[in-house]
Amino acid sequence: MTTVSAKKPNWFSSLAHPGNFLAWSRYLVWPLALLTVAAFAVGLWFAFWNSPDDYQMGDMVRVMYVHVPNAWLSQFVYAVMALSAFGTLVWRHPLADVANKAAAPLGATFTALALFTGSLWGRPTWGTYWEWDGRMTSTLVLLLIYLGIIALWRAFDDQLRAGRIIAIVTLVGALNIPVIKFSVDWWNTLHQPASVFTANGPRMPLPLLIPLLTMMLAFTLLFSLLQVLRMRTEILRRRADSLSRQAALQGVAS
Amino acid sequence: MILSGEHFGFIFGSYLGVLVLVAALIVWVIVDDRRVKARLRALEASGIRRRSESDSK
Repeated sequence: MTTVSAKKPNWFSSLAHPGNFLAWSRYLVWPLALLTVAAFAVGLWFAFWNSPDDYQMGDMVRVMYVHVPNAWLSQFVYAVMALSAFGTLVWRHPLADVANKAAAPLGATFTALALFTGSLWGRPTWGTYWEWDGRMTSTLVLLLIYLGIIALWRAFDDQLRAGRIIAIVTLVGALNIPVIKFSVDWWNTLHQPASVFTANGPRMPLPLLIPLLTMMLAFTLLFSLLQVLRMRTEILRRRADSLSRQAALQGVAS
Repeated sequence: MILSGEHFGFIFGSYLGVLVLVAALIVWVIVDDRRVKARLRALEASGIRRRSESDSK
């Protein structure tokens, strides 16, 4: 006679269970909101009142404090989605595709802002709002990938099936991330080479680096807050969808 | 200080654009959350329960 014993979930699976996530993540919302506001207050104070002009760009350097954080998040959010896609395909974890769906509109917004602030930065610096060079074109492609993923999530009624298909699309799209990162090294471009994330550390004077890092922290906290809120909403939406289906079935049965 | 800079229009435009889009994103996240919660409350108020909850009774 054989006995089948249920395998006890490990601590990570337990934490990542959608019901448990709803329970513990509510305690993150207010601390994250307060930290985000505080980081923005400090970052904007630095950006407007306590940051010197750049010797080449002059006061246009202040655009860097909103452009670089958005450009950083455009790629970071996609990395989060690619990791989620991996979780969907390998472990079929329900929270993984919730994370992917939640992050896509956030990533699209940060990417659009990176392009917008970049073009305003480019006009006085390079003499043009737009140039079809490697960095700008690959970032535009990233925005189109985000929009495609959002459209795919909306196209499917069965969100579990959608999750697997979109996970594959997300991983294929991830090939664009190294292209964005290394485009300034591979091709002749108007865009300056990396000056924050380099192998030898940041190549920027401290009075410019501190405001920049503070604003990057503020934007990353903002993304974390919005991601937690969107994931909570998505779990509740799936619960509501499930109840709606049950209501429809009960209506048929009665 | 930003207001005294020669590129005021470009700097102001950048920060305004970020402010508008980020504010719109935050409002959308909050409104969507409230709409889903209201829908869930309405379903639960009509007596519909999840199968796992019904089975445990």
